[in-house]
Amino acid sequence: MLRIEGLSKTYRTGDKALTDVSFEVPAGQVVGLIGPSGAGKSTLIRCINRLVEPSAGAVHLRDLNVTGLSRSALRQARRRIGMIFQEYALVERLTVMENVLSGRLGYVPFWRSFLRRYPGEDVAKAFQLLERVGLTEHADKRADALSGGQRQRVGIARALEQDPELLLVDEPTASLDPKTSRQIMRLILEICQERNLPAIINIHDGIRAQSFTQRIIGLQAGVVVFDGPPAELDDKVLTRIYGEEDWTAMRRGASEDDEEDAREREERLAGLV
Amino acid sequence: MPVSTLNGQPAWAHRTGKARLALWAGWLGLVALFVFCWEVMTENTIWDFVRDAPQQAADIGSRMVPPAWSYMDRLWWPLWDTLNIATLGTLMGIIIAIPVAFLAAQNTTPSYYIARPIALFIIVASRSINSLIWALLLVSIIGPGVMAGIVAIGLRSIGFVAKLLYEAIEEIEETQVEAVTATGASGAQVINYAIVPQILPAFAGISVFRWDINIRESTILGLVGAGGIGLQLQASLNVLAWSQVTMIFIVILATVVVSEWVSAKVRHAII
Amino acid sequence: MTETAHPTKWKRPPILIRDARWRYAIYGGALVYMVLAIGSVEVNWIRVYEGLERGWRFIQGFLQPDFTTRWYDIRIGLIESLTMTVTSTVVGVLISVPIGIGAARNLAPPVVYLVCRAIIALSRALQEIIIAILLVAMFGFGPFAGFLTLSFATIGFLSKLLAEDIEDIDEAQAEAIRATGASWWQLINYAIQPQVMPRLIGLSLYRLDINFRESAVIGIVGAGGIGATLNTAIDRYEYDSAGAIILIIIVIVMAAEYSSSHVRKWVQ
Repeated sequence: MLRIEGLSKTYRTGDKALTDVSFEVPAGQVVGLIGPSGAGKSTLIRCINRLVEPSAGAVHLRDLNVTGLSRSALRQARRRIGMIFQEYALVERLTVMENVLSGRLGYVPFWRSFLRRYPGEDVAKAFQLLERVGLTEHADKRADALSGGQRQRVGIARALEQDPELLLVDEPTASLDPKTSRQIMRLILEICQERNLPAIINIHDGIRAQSFTQRIIGLQAGVVVFDGPPAELDDKVLTRIYGEEDWTAMRRGASEDDEEDAREREERLAGLV
Repeated sequence: MPVSTLNGQPAWAHRTGKARLALWAGWLGLVALFVFCWEVMTENTIWDFVRDAPQQAADIGSRMVPPAWSYMDRLWWPLWDTLNIATLGTLMGIIIAIPVAFLAAQNTTPSYYIARPIALFIIVASRSINSLIWALLLVSIIGPGVMAGIVAIGLRSIGFVAKLLYEAIEEIEETQVEAVTATGASGAQVINYAIVPQILPAFAGISVFRWDINIRESTILGLVGAGGIGLQLQASLNVLAWSQVTMIFIVILATVVVSEWVSAKVRHAII
Repeated sequence: MTETAHPTKWKRPPILIRDARWRYAIYGGALVYMVLAIGSVEVNWIRVYEGLERGWRFIQGFLQPDFTTRWYDIRIGLIESLTMTVTSTVVGVLISVPIGIGAARNLAPPVVYLVCRAIIALSRALQEIIIAILLVAMFGFGPFAGFLTLSFATIGFLSKLLAEDIEDIDEAQAEAIRATGASWWQLINYAIQPQVMPRLIGLSLYRLDINFRESAVIGIVGAGGIGATLNTAIDRYEYDSAGAIILIIIVIVMAAEYSSSHVRKWVQ
C-alpha cells in the first residue's frame, strides 16, 4: 500500500531531520509513529505527501512513485492522501461546510470551487460526513465559532471528503483536553476500521499509542529505532526512544485513563439504551 | 554600571560617564544641525514680509468672512467630481495593488529575486510620490480633467494598499495554507481557500481607509488642474475672492469629516 | 449505519448583510453609482492619445534622468526641502510635547484638555496644502511659509499620537509614583516619560519622513522646496529633469524610511 525507501531529509539550515527511513504499511493497518518532540515525526508525515520535499529516498503509494511526480501529478496524488493536523488547521473564516468541501479541491475545477458550486454527490457526501462526526447542525457556522474538539471533527471530515486511500494524522489531540482527546482518537480509529483505511498517526505519547494501534514505529533523532507490534514495546525500548522515565507510573496513568474511557463508553451506551 | 565607588562609598548616578557624554553630544549635535538648517533656510527670507504677516492675516481674515454662501450652487458638481475621483481612483489602485501585493509577499511571490524586487519598487515609487505630484505629471501628459485626477489617485493608492496588503499576506497562518495544499488544491485554489479568507478583513479595512484618505487628497488635486473642487479653489484664489475660498474650505472640511465618519463606520462593521 | 438521503445542494449563507432586500438594494445602489460616476467622467480621448507620446517621453526621462542641466535649481530645491524638513520637525516636536500632554485625559484638567484637543483637530482637519496656501498669502513665497506649514501639520500629527500613548500608559506605574508623594512634574518625569519616550522618538522620526515627502508637494503652491523645482520642470515639459527630481525624492524617502526603521528598532 505505502512503501517508504531510504527517506532522508536535511533542512537548508543543515539540520538532519530524517536519516534513511524505510518501512511499508499494508492496507488497513493503523501505525502509531512515536518519539520525543523534534524526532522528525512531523517531517516524516509531510514527506509522504511532499508538503516537505525529501532530500533523498522514495515514497510509493501503491504503484505510484510520489517523489518523482510533477506538480500537477502531485496534486492528484495528494488528493488520495487525507491529512489531519495538530492545530486542526481549518480555514478559520470559512464555514464548516466550506472547510469540509475543501477536501474536494483536488477533484473540482477552479470555477466550481470559486463559486462554491460543488457536484451534488460531493455535497451529499459532505453532509453525510458531518452527520458521522456529529456536526450536522453546525454546517453553516464559521469554523472559528467551534470548540477545539468540534474543529478537529471538521478536520477529520475534510480529510475523509477526499476519499483518501491513506490517512496521515499529525498529533491529532495535542491541543485538546484529555476527555476530548480520547473521543477524537476513538473517532479516528473507528473510521479507519469502518473504511479499512490505513493510517499513520503521529503521537508524542508512546504509552497511549500502545493501546490503540496495531503497530508502532519509534523514531529517535530522525532514525527508526523500533518497528513492531505494540506488545513488544517494553520499558527498555521506551527508554531508548525517550530517555529515562518512570514507565510504570506512566503506564498506571494510562490505564486509569483507559478505565475512564471505558466508563465513558458505557455511560454513552447506557444513554443510548 | 551606574553604581560606582566614590571615596569608598557606593555612588549612584543615573547614567555612566560615557553614556552621559554620548547623550549630551547627541543633543548638542541636534541643536547644531537645527541652527545650521535654520540659517540656510532663512538665508533668502524677507523678514519684512514675516513682520508684516499679522497685518496680512488680519486683512485676509476680514475678507474671508462672511463666507459666500450663495457660491454653494456652483460647488455641487465639482463636489460630485471629487467624490468620483476618490472612489474610482481607489478602485483602480486596489485592482492593480492586489497582484502587486501577492508578488511582493515573501510567502506568495513566484520569484524571490526577480518579481519581488520589481513589486517592491512599484510600491516604493508609488508611495514616495504624493498624489498631487502624480496629478501634476498626468495633467501635463493626458491633459487637465477628472481623468488625470482618477489616475493620479489610483497610482498613489497602489503603493499604500499593496504595502499593507502584502504585510497582511505575510502574517497569515501557514498551517491553513498547508492543510489546503494537502488536499491536492491548485495554486489558485490555495489562494482562494486558504489565503483570501485570512486577508479579507484586512483588505476591506485597508481599502476603506485609503478611500477616506483619497477623498481628502482629491479635494486639492484641482489646484494643478486635475478636476474636482480644487479647480474652483484655484479659480477663486486667482481672483483673490477670499469669501468664496472660505466657502470652499467649509465644503472640503465637511466632506472630509463625513468621509472619515463613513470609513470609521464601515471599518467597524467589517471588523 | 443506515443510509439516509442527504441534500445535494448547499449554498453558503451570506456573510455581511443577512437581509436579502438590503443586500440587493446595496448592490443595486453601488451599480447605479458606478454607472453614473463613470458616465460623468469626460475624457478628451484625442488629448489622451496625443498625451501618450508625452507619457512615453516621461517614462524615457525616468529611465534616462537628466541631473545636470537643471542641477542648480535642483540643488536649491533640495536644500530648501531638507532644511525645511529638519527645522519644522524639531519645532513641531517641541510644541507637540506640551500640547500632547495637555490633550491626555488622564493628566490635564478639562479646560486645558479641550483647548489642546481643539488645536489638534484644527491641525488635522486642514491639509498641508490648504495651510500652505494661507501661509504663503500671509508670509510671502519661500521656504519660511513651508516651514510654518510643516510645523503646524507636525503638531496635529504628533500631539494626537502622543496624547493617545499617554492615555494608554500602565496606570499602575503612575499610581506607584503618585503614592510616593511626587509632584505633577515628577510624575511626568518618572512615570510618563520612561513609558512614552521610545514611541515619541519613533514617531518623530516617522514624521521627519512624512515632512520630507510633504515638502516636495507644498512647493507647488509656492512654499519653497523641491516641489517648486519639479513644478517648473513639468511645466516646461522637461521630463528628463522631472524624472531626475522624482528619482531623487524616491531615493531620499527610501533612505529615510530604511534608516528611521533601524533607529526605531534600536531605540525600542
